[in-house]
Parts: sequence; C-alpha cells; structure tokens
Amino acid sequence: MIFVTVGHQMPFDRMVRAIDEWAGEHNRNDIFAQIGDAKYTPQCIEWVRTLTPAEFKQRVQAADAIVAHAGMGSILTALQYGVPILVMPRTAALMETRNDHQIATAKRFKEMGRVHVAMDENELPAMLDQVSNLTTGEAISSQASPELISALAAFIHRADEKHETREPGATISDPPGTSKHL
Amino acid sequence: MSIKRKPRVLAVASGGGHWVQLRRVAPAFEGCDVTYVTVEKSYRDEVHDARVRIVLDATRWNKLKLIVMMLQITWIVLTSRPDVVISTGAAPGFFALRIAGILGKRTVWLDSIANVEEVSMSGRKIGPHATLWLTQWAHLAEPDGPQFRGAVL
Repeated sequence: MIFVTVGHQMPFDRMVRAIDEWAGEHNRNDIFAQIGDAKYTPQCIEWVRTLTPAEFKQRVQAADAIVAHAGMGSILTALQYGVPILVMPRTAALMETRNDHQIATAKRFKEMGRVHVAMDENELPAMLDQVSNLTTGEAISSQASPELISALAAFIHRADEKHETREPGATISDPPGTSKHL
Repeated sequence: MSIKRKPRVLAVASGGGHWVQLRRVAPAFEGCDVTYVTVEKSYRDEVHDARVRIVLDATRWNKLKLIVMMLQITWIVLTSRPDVVISTGAAPGFFALRIAGILGKRTVWLDSIANVEEVSMSGRKIGPHATLWLTQWAHLAEPDGPQFRGAVL
C-alpha cells in the first residue's frame, strides 16, 4: 500500500493530481490518499480529506512507502516508523505554502539520506515508477535527541531549584520511549 | 514559598509538524505539570498525562482569526500561570511567548527543524524576547542567538 498525505493545513492539488494520473496509467489500486481541502477530485485512487493522528499513524505503519509534501510532520512520522518516504516540496509562488522552506527541507533531508525527492510534478512519475524499491535508513527514535531533551529539562528545572520540587518518576504515566506521537 | 510543587509548563504548538516536534521533546517535561495548547481537538487522543487546551487555528493570513486566537492564548497564559512557556511554533506559540514574556515568565522558542536555511519569520521576531532561543541546525546558530542544543531527531 502506498500512503499519500498532504499534511494538515493546506491542499496540494499539484501532487495529488500527478499521483492520481500516474495511478490511472499504471492501473494501481493500492494507493490511499489524504488530500485535505483539495479542489481536485481524484479519479483513480482512494482518498479522504483528513485523518485523526491515530488513523494517520496506522496508515503510515501499514504503508510500504509514503508519498508526501515535504512537511516535517509527514517526514518525522515516516522516519519514526522506518517507512520509506518520497516528498515533493510545496512552492510559495503557487500559493501552496507561505515560503519556500519545503524546498530547502527536501534538499537537506535528501542529502542526509532520509528522504527521496521529486522536485515537482514532472519528476514525480519517474520516482513513482520506483516507489516499491525505495529504501530508508534505520528508524529514528520516538523522541528528540538526548542533548535537546536534557537542555530543555535543565532549563525548566532551574526555575524551581529554590522549591526543590523535582520528584522523578512520581507522576509519569507516559515514560520516554512509549509516549504517543502523531 | 515553602510549598513544594512541580514546575508548570505551558507547551504550545500549532498543527502538523509543529505539534509532532513538540511531542518529541515531551520527555523534557518529566516531573512537570504540563498543559498543552494546540489547534486540533483530535490531538487530545495522544496526550494522556497532561491537560490539552484548544485554540483557533489561525495563520498570519487571517487577521480576525488571529485576534481571537491571541485572546484565547492570553486567557490560557493568565489562568494556567506557567513557570515556563515553550513553543515549537507557529502563530499560537508566538503569542504565548510574547504574553508570557510581558508577564516575566521564562520562555523557550524552539525553531522548527523545517527551517533549514534560515530561522523562521516568527522565530526572528520572538527569538530575541525568549529566555532561551534555539535552532535545530548548528549552521544557523549565532552568538546573539539562536543557540544550537540538538534537534528533534
């Protein structure tokens, strides 16, 4: 199954249309797409507008590959579950987003070997042809780097040094490693 | 103050990647009394150990919604009386940090990892007002901030 997602905020018809047309040409019936507030109605693929975080996670975990906008929610979730992800960046000039940060995100994460990239709808079909062969690195941890977590924890607790309130473990029902993520 | 209590943390993020990143730093809130502020009701499902307050989902493209959201955020900051306000962006976090700053609270702005080439516009505006201003890319760190102290992956 290929899971297509445009993220939570804005539609991304340019990507959805390209995938829908590719699916039609190749008689693919194993594609499920979350398309947001799209104006374009897919003809050849199964689709919904929105998914809850739980449904989203299920779709990611069940997918052989993910095709998404170059948004961090999609990328981080795919990496966390070790599912290969192909991204296409949104473009500000087409009013698909506020600025071109997704282009930089896509390029940087590609350099890091974390994502596959189709820069636009013209590059997408050739990448989709190989979608079943896409690879991914080792799954990332379910939480931020230890360095960042300890930096934030140290900052937070310094405020309460005078109260000596730290009681590790006393109130934690969601310990590290098992916490729920979108 | 002789009463022992846990630090109160107000953790603020809009939807999508901002929320995912906030949840990835959640282990830093261990031992804290945490209130999340976000924009999607369904995100409540994945938080079991903290309160979740929902505000209007507004970007700087919609001024009226922004004003309503700013009032909601102001109310939440006033009533939740946090010791620390932390945000991964975007607009709700910007307002929360601004108001918290005015009230003398300690604040953290963690700029999104999506901002690879430059710090976000919100980050550039709010960062200098934050007690701790962080970027997730070492090459974006500067002597006067933001600092680099690791990333969400």
